Amino acid sequence: MKIRYFAWVRERVGLEEEEIELPAGVASVSELMAWLAARDEGYAAAFAEPEVIRVALDQFHVEHEAPLGGASEVAFFPPMTGG
Amino acid sequence: MDKTAPKPDYDAAVSVRVQADDFDITREIATLSEGRRDVGAIVTFTGLCRDEDGRLSALELEHYPGMAEAEIGRIAEEAAARWPLTGLTVIHRFGRIAPGANIVLVVAASRHRRAAFEAADFLMDFLKTRAPFWKKEHLAEGAESGWVEAKAADDSDAARWVKN
Repeated sequence: MKIRYFAWVRERVGLEEEEIELPAGVASVSELMAWLAARDEGYAAAFAEPEVIRVALDQFHVEHEAPLGGASEVAFFPPMTGG
Repeated sequence: MDKTAPKPDYDAAVSVRVQADDFDITREIATLSEGRRDVGAIVTFTGLCRDEDGRLSALELEHYPGMAEAEIGRIAEEAAARWPLTGLTVIHRFGRIAPGANIVLVVAASRHRRAAFEAADFLMDFLKTRAPFWKKEHLAEGAESGWVEAKAADDSDAARWVKN
């Protein structure tokens, strides 16, 4: 699965994107965020307040409870400030 | 905005562009009226980069390529299904943008003004809360001051359009 990061989530993680093998037991967006947060300090900082993080699965907005299902791309980012 | 909803049926010519380059407002207006005799109203909204009373030297706009176009497209299709538009153009820039320069353009054309005003207003409210763009401020003294925070007022603006 490809994971993409934007804005301050990208800066804290230190990566624009990466490919991961989903570990066993990680089936939802919130479970993926918890798993990522435990990887190192950068990820921990990015996901320190998971409730503010917005998520897209295959370029559609989803809630944190959403199952990852067969999505090929998940993106994590702060609330949007365009316009 | 439900992705399982059937594709809306509408007649408007919807155009969405996400680009680094500036846009020509006059040309975009002309595109929605050229060769037509049924258009009675064209409303435009232009969002520009402010310098925040001299504090900022520029804004850096990051976006999610692919999803930015797709999400604005979904909002535009919803607007075109909800109001009787003849045309709808949305352009959003990315990259470094100086104070006074354009960031976003919405052009809504219709037979009558109300639909054009409302569709443009709706488009901007949802674009601000759902289109994947993020602004970073560059200070006049040369430093980066960090990411602009989302405003709760933008969420309440978008909530105005929820149908009861």
